[in-house]
Amino acid sequence: MPLADSFFGRKFAITAGDLEGWLAEALSSGGDYADLYFEYLATSSIGMDESMVKSAMQGVTLGVGVRVISGEKTGYAYSDNLAPESIRKACRVAAMIAAGPSKVDKTSLDEGRPGHNLYPVLAAPTETALADRAAMVQRADAVARAYDSRVFQVQASWADSLRQILIATSDGSITTDRQPMARMSVRVLARENGGVPQSGFSGGGGRIGLDQFTGTKSPEAFAREAARQAIVQLEAVEAPAGEMTVVLGPGWPGILLHEAVGHGLEADFNRKGVSAFSGRIGQKVASEFCTVMDDGAMEHRRGSLNVDDEGVPTRQNLLIENGVLRGYLADKLSSRLLGQPSTGNGRRENYQNIPMPRMTNTFMLAGESDPADIVRSVPRGLYCANFGGGQVDITSGNFVFAASESYLIEDGRITRPVRGATLIGNGPEALKYVSMVGYDLKLDEGVGICGKEGQSVPVGVGIPTIRIDRMTVGGTAR
Amino acid sequence: MSVETAERVVRLALNSGATDAECTISEGDEFTAQVRMRSLETLKEAGSRAAGVRVLIGKRSGSSYTSDLCDEGLRHLVASALEIAVISTEDPCAGMPDATELGSLTGDLALYSDDVSRLETAWKIDQAMQCEAAALDADARIVNSEGASFNSYSGARAFANSLGFSGAYRMASCSLSVTPVARDNGKLERDHWYTVGRTPGVLEPAADVGRRAAERALRRLGARKVATVKVPVVFDPEVARSLLGHVFEAISGELVWRHASFLSDKLGERIAPEHVTMVDDGTIPGLFGTSPFDDEGVPSRRTVVIERGILKSWLLNSYTARKLGLKTTSNAARGLSGNAGVGRGNFFLEPGAAPPADLLRGIRQGLYVTELIGQGVNVVNGDYSRGAAGLWIENGELAYPVSEITIASNLARMLSGISAVANDLRFRGSTASPTLVIEEMTVSGQ
Repeated sequence: MPLADSFFGRKFAITAGDLEGWLAEALSSGGDYADLYFEYLATSSIGMDESMVKSAMQGVTLGVGVRVISGEKTGYAYSDNLAPESIRKACRVAAMIAAGPSKVDKTSLDEGRPGHNLYPVLAAPTETALADRAAMVQRADAVARAYDSRVFQVQASWADSLRQILIATSDGSITTDRQPMARMSVRVLARENGGVPQSGFSGGGGRIGLDQFTGTKSPEAFAREAARQAIVQLEAVEAPAGEMTVVLGPGWPGILLHEAVGHGLEADFNRKGVSAFSGRIGQKVASEFCTVMDDGAMEHRRGSLNVDDEGVPTRQNLLIENGVLRGYLADKLSSRLLGQPSTGNGRRENYQNIPMPRMTNTFMLAGESDPADIVRSVPRGLYCANFGGGQVDITSGNFVFAASESYLIEDGRITRPVRGATLIGNGPEALKYVSMVGYDLKLDEGVGICGKEGQSVPVGVGIPTIRIDRMTVGGTAR
Repeated sequence: MSVETAERVVRLALNSGATDAECTISEGDEFTAQVRMRSLETLKEAGSRAAGVRVLIGKRSGSSYTSDLCDEGLRHLVASALEIAVISTEDPCAGMPDATELGSLTGDLALYSDDVSRLETAWKIDQAMQCEAAALDADARIVNSEGASFNSYSGARAFANSLGFSGAYRMASCSLSVTPVARDNGKLERDHWYTVGRTPGVLEPAADVGRRAAERALRRLGARKVATVKVPVVFDPEVARSLLGHVFEAISGELVWRHASFLSDKLGERIAPEHVTMVDDGTIPGLFGTSPFDDEGVPSRRTVVIERGILKSWLLNSYTARKLGLKTTSNAARGLSGNAGVGRGNFFLEPGAAPPADLLRGIRQGLYVTELIGQGVNVVNGDYSRGAAGLWIENGELAYPVSEITIASNLARMLSGISAVANDLRFRGSTASPTLVIEEMTVSGQ
């Protein structure tokens, strides 16, 4: 889209000449690279509780972040108003990192060719009638309450956002994007005869319109799933403790990949040599059944972007191929220092933050095993259907993820549900024990939020059913 | 000037059809200098402001926020909150605190010092340099670093509501932290240390922070995985804070009224031994959980939550208090806008008499935890299972490092199993705990 027709061109009359002037100001003390990230973010959220819409909020933030890179050094400043003098001041503050003549040849900015449009949503959810969005939580509330008489609390919530961005870079590009997002979630509490309450959670969304919240993404489906999980937990016994065979179900359990390998493959950690995966490209880090991708260019998905937050088009990146480590996830800074192109993974939470290498949608390719055969192959183990969050220490490689719905496997059959337990493993080792991969690759429904150095970004994960021969399960029962 | 803006937004809301309104304005300047491997890596400096409003139309409520504080931006802010209030449902408990409950602590709470904004950039960079250098020079096995950073912040918060409350306060803080990486036998381990204060004068010397971080990383080298076993677990003060965080969540009115806490039915009952007293105190000068009033304009106070093992009080804002038929404990918290949630003042476990080393002495075999990762804590049913790293205790002494293990139990059992509390309470954030021992947890390893 030509700048003049873009959101920032129309609303703030920003011209290519303005952008060139500000970039020149940013590079006035020297430096190798500078960029400007303009962001206008409108959000709304609606929360239903006790069958009442108790919380309803909307708001806007606007600002511009200015970055100057000089060698390995970064200067950063931002402004929450777009008055030219405020932008120039931010440029001068960011410029303080550099000293000496600029190493950048002045180039005129190119508005480029239109790239892919992964989320051609006519009306973003943020632009629809508030009552239509409120209806989503009302529908979920009704279905969750009707699911079972043991359900006694339901909280349904809706959150949407519409982000308009303009990125101008000293390597000569102007990029704009319009990024819609919506997510709904349902939390259910159930109890039996005044006993200990148990909880269930479900949700999903993506870069989609209101009319795409259907099927497995309908409010009713999320409500039933949350209620089902809470009811299952009423029957749960203590989780086992110790090393055992673990089978992960398809979909959201792909968070394993996010924690076990994804973070450790972010190029900032690797250029610094502080990741357990540093210097291991070409080495075997998983069994031959494992091929893992990160793909920011999937249509409508929560982790997708037309361009990353440095203006680089997103794409599919191969991380692990048949068990061999093939690549890292890079932003502009780390790719320049590593001497490779950016993989389109430079992301930031908002204009107040410096971009860094982040995942988008991370998943394992399908294998050939029948999921039922995978379960049948296990004499004693744990089957994990759903997870809460996870975390990793990228230096030692140790990672955890918390199973919220899992079952014992006894003699090749899924038997009793067990209470929540954390699973722990070591990134470069854990996937070496993957001995079977199902043909049932499934992506999650779109609820993931990834945190790194204080910045949160939306991400997706996916995995087929897999068997891991050995993993430590943190329950309490022997 | 922020407080006048907040008052203006409240008047604007009342004139536009709100029956009540409350407005928060927040502004702040942040600075970060990060160095890595003895070179400056990042400098970040900026300031921002934003406003949030919550309106009530009878028993309906709506909220809005904006970063645009010009006249038109504020008019839009109010209109936006009123617009979205229409989709809300009448909630009999919706409201604000009673006018009689509003007010502000007087006297200097030592939350702000000009010394922070006066710090020279060169000095801040040098502090980070010295800190990292001390870590890198501590031992030949410290081979790398994720860097050291000096952060500083100065800001202000103003709040006004339609019951006549208006107030504002300034805050400042600064911190220095470093994350060195140690290597031995081809295996990497990292750890970190930090110092934080409301004035630069209280920060620990940069070199001490660096050396301490290096010691913490070095002692993790050669970590083993232990066999699965039930043993006593010692929480060092940094990880004990997380445990207090779970207790805070469980006694916060938001979970209690909906029976979503494992402690919901336990008010007045014994939930821990005699030597366990937990307090929330938002009035202690100079600390990070201190403020003159909470985010609904109620003066901060001290609340004993667990007294000698007996659960004495929930922590409440005005909404959760109405839900439970009680009075607010001045624990309202919110970002800029929206219905207030429940937050903590300074939430801490009162110290015992013994030094931490004495607590280890009686343990034949056990785990001293220094790091916990993951979110495997369910405050609804109390189930607790987290990834852990630390040191194995043998015959009362720290014997060798352990990692890739989990610790598991149930929060109710853990509270009643706090068998000892040490004397090393220090406030390094709004939650603080001395070293404590839990008599038995399942350590899961091989």
